[in-house]
Amino acid sequence: MSGESEAGYRMVVVGASAGGLYALRTLIAGLPADFDMPVVVVQHRAKESELLCELLQECTPLPVTEVMDKQEIGPGVFIGPPDYHLLVDDGSFALSTDDPVRYSRPSIDVMFQSAAETYGMDTVGVVLTGANQDGSAGLRQIADAGGHCVVQDPETAEVRVMPRSALKAVPDACVLTLEEIGPHLAGIRGRRVPPCPPRDA
Amino acid sequence: MSNQRVELPDTPAAYNRDVERIEVELLLEGVYRHYGFDFRSYAYSSLKRRIWKRITQEGLASVSQLQDRVLHDSSLMEKLLLDLSINVTAMYRDPGFYAAFREKVVPTLRTYPFIRIWHAGCSTGEEVYSMAILLEEEGLYDRARIYATDINEVVLQRARAGIFPLEKMQEYTQNYLRAGGTRSFSEYYTAMYDGALFNTTLTRNVVFSQHNLVTDGSFSEFNVIVCRNVMIYFDRKLQNRVHRLFYDSLSRRGVLALGNKETLRFTDFEDKYEVVDTREKIYRRTA
Repeated sequence: MSGESEAGYRMVVVGASAGGLYALRTLIAGLPADFDMPVVVVQHRAKESELLCELLQECTPLPVTEVMDKQEIGPGVFIGPPDYHLLVDDGSFALSTDDPVRYSRPSIDVMFQSAAETYGMDTVGVVLTGANQDGSAGLRQIADAGGHCVVQDPETAEVRVMPRSALKAVPDACVLTLEEIGPHLAGIRGRRVPPCPPRDA
Repeated sequence: MSNQRVELPDTPAAYNRDVERIEVELLLEGVYRHYGFDFRSYAYSSLKRRIWKRITQEGLASVSQLQDRVLHDSSLMEKLLLDLSINVTAMYRDPGFYAAFREKVVPTLRTYPFIRIWHAGCSTGEEVYSMAILLEEEGLYDRARIYATDINEVVLQRARAGIFPLEKMQEYTQNYLRAGGTRSFSEYYTAMYDGALFNTTLTRNVVFSQHNLVTDGSFSEFNVIVCRNVMIYFDRKLQNRVHRLFYDSLSRRGVLALGNKETLRFTDFEDKYEVVDTREKIYRRTA
């Protein structure tokens, strides 16, 4: 509905599961201080885990906030709260206590899908370490919408299942190490990049 | 390597988003005009997920097909209503809320001769029973009236029955203790088969009734309004409307309790309340 822009990407969505804390810290530390796209993070975690925002804030000057319902979307790092699905509507976030999707709440797929539907080709999806398949279907939808897909190099991931699954779903996603992802995101601002060629396929 | 087929959470990937939006709006308009349930100002992204859940379960292929069926079959409307109204709840859900309520709101309630509480969007009633137990333990239940409302008559019937799954009692007992419960939780229910029947004395001052936050007005003046994780399904415009309704229904210095990921910050009513508990989103009307 919001339409797609000629100028380039407008939202980065990131999904992480097991091993995600270290991965997210590395990714976020690699973003420049003037990074102006919203970075929206879904990390699988326990209901009562509360320190994630503080731990991520330590490694970036960008504001890191846990999302409140109807919060406006702007520059900064936004973390979905535990035990809620995180969705993007036009211009603001919406939370939901809908049933878990494939045992996960928050679900990376749900968040990726709502981003793909709202931001279309202006979406950048990033799948990091994890021990399940969450994020694969959502990344596929981002790719189908014309967005840009990035997957953490499974060989360097703490847990390889989730990035491997994402690469099966989107074989032409860019495969990058954690250290490369932040600079890569900084480099694609304001322009479109084509899908990456399949690796060893 | 060809693209692997991956399981999609809901909407088919090939679906045209603009057409979908039109279909959803037509469905909601039809539901409103024919049945009177108004979902037209619900947050779109989660609403759409729920609609597709029903489409999939009915073996249909489009929102329009669902519209056709729903308008001609009121039993399908009942199912859709259950899908669209939010029925995720638990006893002492977010124990921290009840602990904060006990510590920061109960002392004020003690000074009142009579306490009127509105629990808006109570679903199957678990949180109403939780509040009744809390008030009982604080010696306030006899002078309290709880008006527990929901849009959906089906869930209200379950709330009135007061029978919750026995398998949940372990989790609920944990919640109860973390919420500051002072007795043995098992005092409040009787186990029967796979259900836990809660003492009927807990509902002697509770009125369960159907109320639609979107279309119905205020029906009394309250000292406390509890509405947790209901308005996250509304868009900002509708949230403001409901906040107007709550504001008009609260007594001076009345307390408004929201879910802990909700906030007044993005509404027109932020300056009409003071914060009682930041974390648990408990507010007191000041203006």
